[in-house]
Amino acid sequence: MPVKNKKLNLKDKYQYLTRDMAWEPSYQKKEDIFPNESFEGIKITDWSQWEDPFRLTMDAYWKYQAEKEKKLYAIFDAFAQNNGHQNISDARYVNALKLFLTGVSPLEHAAFQGYARVGRDFSGAGARVACQMQAIDELRHSQTQQHAMSHYNKHFNGLHDAAHMHDRVWFLSVPKSFFDDARTAGPFEFLTAISFSFEYVLTNLLFVPFMSGAAYNGDMATVTFGFSAQSDEARHMTLGLEVIKFILEQHEDNVPIVQRWIDKWFWRGFRLLSLVGMMMDYMLPNRVMSWAEAWEVYYEQNGGALFKDLERYGIRPPKYQDVANDAKNHVSHQAWATFYQYGHATNFHTWMPEKDELDWLSQKYPETFDKYYRPRFEYWAKEHAEGRRFYNNTLPQLCQVCQIPTIFTEKDDPTVLSHRQIVHEGERYHFCSDGCCDIFEDEPEKYVQAWLPVHQIYQGNCEGGDVETVVSKYYHINIGEDNFEYIGSPDHKRWLSIKGKQSDDKESGSSQDAA
Amino acid sequence: MSVNALYDYKFEPRDKVENFHGMQLLYVYWPHHLMYCSPFAFLVAPDMTFGAMIEEVLKPAVSAHPDAAKADFLGATWQLNGESFIPDANATLKDSGIDHKSMLTVTTKGLDGIAGTAS
Repeated sequence: MPVKNKKLNLKDKYQYLTRDMAWEPSYQKKEDIFPNESFEGIKITDWSQWEDPFRLTMDAYWKYQAEKEKKLYAIFDAFAQNNGHQNISDARYVNALKLFLTGVSPLEHAAFQGYARVGRDFSGAGARVACQMQAIDELRHSQTQQHAMSHYNKHFNGLHDAAHMHDRVWFLSVPKSFFDDARTAGPFEFLTAISFSFEYVLTNLLFVPFMSGAAYNGDMATVTFGFSAQSDEARHMTLGLEVIKFILEQHEDNVPIVQRWIDKWFWRGFRLLSLVGMMMDYMLPNRVMSWAEAWEVYYEQNGGALFKDLERYGIRPPKYQDVANDAKNHVSHQAWATFYQYGHATNFHTWMPEKDELDWLSQKYPETFDKYYRPRFEYWAKEHAEGRRFYNNTLPQLCQVCQIPTIFTEKDDPTVLSHRQIVHEGERYHFCSDGCCDIFEDEPEKYVQAWLPVHQIYQGNCEGGDVETVVSKYYHINIGEDNFEYIGSPDHKRWLSIKGKQSDDKESGSSQDAA
Repeated sequence: MSVNALYDYKFEPRDKVENFHGMQLLYVYWPHHLMYCSPFAFLVAPDMTFGAMIEEVLKPAVSAHPDAAKADFLGATWQLNGESFIPDANATLKDSGIDHKSMLTVTTKGLDGIAGTAS
């Protein structure tokens, strides 16, 4: 008796649903069907050499993800019904979520768009399918993150308009322009930038701190999202490594091109992660580890082993890795000092660490914190206590490439800014570092068009010339609710009332005196 | 080097001086005062005098710093775009050679920030 509906084994199923979806074109030229595949100079001699890092087919993908999300949303519901926000360590923690929701979740959406596009660009079916699945992952992550954090929006300020803010707010141009840079590159650079440099080399420095931070601070909704995304992230990392090995094995001419991309995207990723560093060292009431410790484990050790592996392809560790390694003792303090002084233009609150927190920083950063940062922070705390909470009322100079204010210091002298300046075709350009300056000089046409928030305000393109109008009308930040000092803020008062404590008059009286 | 693209990839710089409606950008960096996290970005009129720039633009920007009252900015050491520069309080910015997106660095010797930490 013939067997009907014989179940395919995994290998056959994979073959039918992936490689079998491709065919040799007969009445159109292959290069017309895949016009973006060759202009970057990457030579692919044989797509069949692509080893799919995971033998996942679409039918299995849907089934598996649907089950995961059912469980995830059950936990979100329980979190909301039990008023889970009341069980977090301290309301200051929610400010990390505000940064995540406006800075990171929109990047998941940008990644979705990027993978959906490059998934169309490759003539190899295996790579196309892998990108397609990652595109769907990224879209899901963007959605589930918003759902995980939506409960907080009912109880705290600053979470109400993340997508709008991502497109406009000065510091959010840092993550936004990072991804815009990647998405406007060719398909192989996009994969080197996002799949390899970001997902494989640096992603642990984004996800581990945020998700462990959530766990340490009682945020069950975000932790559950983290667990749910973990299997996807593992898949993305595997893809990142496969991509780079595949490109390098295909042709030796690919090596210098890939090296230049690794140099560029390591540096861009490192700069972007300054925001995560400050979150870890300053915004988590219960700290997981210091940024310097995280950098040592996840970059210096893991990254070191990785680049040792890649040596046989002729790849060396990223340029300026030494500068980045040295900066682990500085960037989080420099970034927090920046947000503290521009706290009138952020959708989250800032504050000075309390004494035990300062002591923790002194202990974690014995070489740098007391020498360069603690006196500044103690001065600000004193000023605040005397009714003069410090805000910087002049806009900062921004780096033309990473778009972060030019706040970083020289490797050999942390008292001096590592500012760089060049003239290109008669125009002056300013940078935070040699790393960003090199990226500009490689592709100046790309960065001369940078939409720098400070310059846009001065050109009159942001609905007003004064910071207050820009912040409220253009950014949609509610003044006096979302921004300014944490102590005495509506969030702070609400938290005290949740915990059944009275707001301390001395503290709340001196808080909102910015220009 | 230049961008590798499928077509002639050329764009106007977004921050040309004509986009600033008669004004220009000026950056000022006061070393060893990292309480101000980066150089300042000011929008200034090219025909403003250097002296007015100090009085009306720079001094209000730094007034919260404990060193501000002690600083003699006109008598300090100046650099314009990395080259040494002698300011003339009565000259306009334009006549001083300070063009759009120029950076001035002003070093006030003996003032080294909060508790001498360059903050």
